[in-house]
Amino acid sequence: MHPKHLLGLLAMLAINPAAADMANPYPSTYKPLPSEPTLITHATILTGTGERLADASLLMANGKIAFVGQGDAPAGVRTIDASGEWVTPGLIDVHSHLGVYASPSVDSLADGNEMTNPVTPNVWAEHSIWPQDPGFGRALAGGITTLQVLPGSGNLFGGRGVTLKNVYSTSYQGMKFPSAPYGLKMACGENPKRVYGERKQMPSTRMGNMAMYREEWIAAQRYIDEWAAYDKKAAAGDKDATPPKRDLKMETLAAALKGEILVHMHCYRADEMMTVLDMAKEFGYKVTAFHHAVEAYKIADKLAENGVCAAMWADWWGFKMEAYDGIQENIAMVDRPQGSCAIVHSDSAEGIQRLNQEAAKAMTRGQRAGIDIEPERAIRWLTANPAKALGIAGSTGTLEAGKMADVVIWNGTPFSVYAKAKKVFIDGALVFDRDDPDRQPESDFELGQLQGVAK
Amino acid sequence: MKSFRFITIVSALLIAAAAQAQTVMIRHAQVYTMDRQGTLDNTDVLIAGGRIQQIGKDLALPQGDAKVIDAAGRPLTPGFFAGIGSIGIEEVSAVEPSVDSGLALKEMRPEFDVTTAYNPNSSLVPVTRIEGFTFTLLGAGASGTIIGGQGRVVELDGGYRSFIGNPVLYVNVGRDASKLSGNSRAGQWMLLNQALAEAQKPPAANEARLMTRNGQKTLAEYTKKPMKTVFNADRASDILEVLRFAEKHGLNPVISGGNQAWMVAQQLAAAGVPVLLDPLADLPINFDDVGSRMDNAALLAAAGVVVAVSGDDSHNARKQRQMAGNAVSYGLPHEAGLAALTSNPADIFDVGDRQGHIRRGMPANVVLWSGDPLEVTSAADLVIINGKPEPMVSRQTKLRDRYLQRNPAMPRAYIKP
Repeated sequence: MHPKHLLGLLAMLAINPAAADMANPYPSTYKPLPSEPTLITHATILTGTGERLADASLLMANGKIAFVGQGDAPAGVRTIDASGEWVTPGLIDVHSHLGVYASPSVDSLADGNEMTNPVTPNVWAEHSIWPQDPGFGRALAGGITTLQVLPGSGNLFGGRGVTLKNVYSTSYQGMKFPSAPYGLKMACGENPKRVYGERKQMPSTRMGNMAMYREEWIAAQRYIDEWAAYDKKAAAGDKDATPPKRDLKMETLAAALKGEILVHMHCYRADEMMTVLDMAKEFGYKVTAFHHAVEAYKIADKLAENGVCAAMWADWWGFKMEAYDGIQENIAMVDRPQGSCAIVHSDSAEGIQRLNQEAAKAMTRGQRAGIDIEPERAIRWLTANPAKALGIAGSTGTLEAGKMADVVIWNGTPFSVYAKAKKVFIDGALVFDRDDPDRQPESDFELGQLQGVAK
Repeated sequence: MKSFRFITIVSALLIAAAAQAQTVMIRHAQVYTMDRQGTLDNTDVLIAGGRIQQIGKDLALPQGDAKVIDAAGRPLTPGFFAGIGSIGIEEVSAVEPSVDSGLALKEMRPEFDVTTAYNPNSSLVPVTRIEGFTFTLLGAGASGTIIGGQGRVVELDGGYRSFIGNPVLYVNVGRDASKLSGNSRAGQWMLLNQALAEAQKPPAANEARLMTRNGQKTLAEYTKKPMKTVFNADRASDILEVLRFAEKHGLNPVISGGNQAWMVAQQLAAAGVPVLLDPLADLPINFDDVGSRMDNAALLAAAGVVVAVSGDDSHNARKQRQMAGNAVSYGLPHEAGLAALTSNPADIFDVGDRQGHIRRGMPANVVLWSGDPLEVTSAADLVIINGKPEPMVSRQTKLRDRYLQRNPAMPRAYIKP
């Protein structure tokens, strides 16, 4: 958060004590699970900061990373000999629908997209999350420690996304990443115009999409102004000042304009991303990341110049017209310019289990196209870069002293089809162990199924 | 005039023959024959006249022009199987006029033959081929009935009529077909039994019927060997019902899907029924898929079931390789993982004389890989399809090369790689 916004927020709190609850009415109740100080030794460590350390150690204590590098091991600490194994930061998926489009994918559990109105910034993905989705556990076995759950892309403004720690809990609040900012899901192109155009409703065209975004941003600016005017009056002691009517839609959009909520925009085509960047300038907000961004390779320099991330698949293409120009070098080409922010995302309950393999494919295609990418760089696509896009880079995404001990031990290089996460730690707690069935979570839904079937 | 035309035809034939008959010597390869010879280290393969002429050590180079490729120990495999899909019958999934894979009629039309819609000039053909895939099975799906129609194996060499083997019939059972059969999967078997009875003995003119006369004839063909019927089924109980039904009517079934197949592996093995599966399906996507697991392929193969890989994505059919790799990562022997992409699908659909093996005398459909063919960090370095080295160019490589260049003076529309 920009310091200026923080000041504004504090000023608001001083005036209106209820504002604290108003700003965060569904707070995180996440608490790190029990852990003990643990030392990993003799590992190849990809730090997520661009470095690869050979035969190195990593110490976790009190849920935090205490030490990374070569050095003497402290005595009396549980030690894991990771000879031949690789260690990376916990993987982060910036684009998931786990919990909101859960397995089993029956209508009763399809809660990911409020497609009754193209403008629904008032809906929050977290209110749809079914914490018993078996997909969370599968993703954990793939080394995912943090994920953003987003609403779907049928609407121009799809609603708020939420960032979760990938731990099972009875409530989503128990998974909610403490102090992570919200995301705002927006969508370009075919999906909104198709969904509403088929109903003979606006938007039915790309220009209709743009007109509606802009009208909403104008309304959100007005909303900000009305509150500012009220706050000013109230601060001056005007007893007759009446607060503007609360508007859930405008609260989200206003926060996005102020940079308190990060804008994640589903956008495939290069030309549309360029249009959206102009719109962001028009209204003074920032697009944090374009998602899917199948044509991002066409504007890699522009994205880097504007400090906008692109979250991409390794090889999806052709399922719709705006995905027709997909190429396997997309991620590597977006990664190429100075100051770039390439991200590997899943948007899939299957893909999230193997983000490391997606990165391996993208790295390989880059190398074959003559772009020099080593694993220590490529690992950032699924650790440090998504952490940045989620506004949590200060606390996770790299292996540095003081950060959350979100750590994966792999059976070898993670850039392989044969790679498996052996152990996964979240805030220093061992939450998945491939060799210990007692450390493999099972959702309520799967518990007790197939009675009598020999497994 | 007449002689001029004759000369034109002759020279055209000669040019075509030259392209077909290129002699290629691949030296020092690790040859996965997927055949009786097994895997051969440091071996040469000679290709001429479109066929594999010799496999052996230190082969003599024949007279004349030959392209010699030093594999330097890299793996050489048969061309891979791209799964059951819509390559050539679907350009952009969401663009309806470009999609011909499904029939939206309500009646049961087994005679629906999707091969008549095949377009070898689709961008998907080279996109898939340059990744090492030389054959696919065209899928047919009807949205209004449980019998999907017919497809056939097609070689991805760009020919208009590159179909091989026999037609294949598709039948959907289980959850997705339920709504097409009176909202009960029991209705599926009721209708299918009626259809098979009708195929054997056409109803009288005044009797109710499910199919046209042509449809009845088509369905009757599938009660004879070697015609194969692909049943799309995931739940163990549905799979067992397929086995019973096929036995009763003399059908030769193949299971596609098979997420719970591991539970009935013994029965599938005893019946000699192969399974085409997606090794990445490990979630209970629906109640039919509860118990889906990453080692499904490994468990089936260990029980003696012939397994092939078939994901459900035509555009990204190249992911089949990664799928097989994951099956290997979860216990399927490496060679069995390769077989699931080569010899098994070729043999299941009776095209093993053209695809799926590296055998002397067979058409040369081979791929040279940069490393382990099942590894995500490997790629196809060379693809030879029916004896012809593939130029390794697709619409996607052209887009890549157009945009790899930095800061061109003129718009990229002028860069035509």
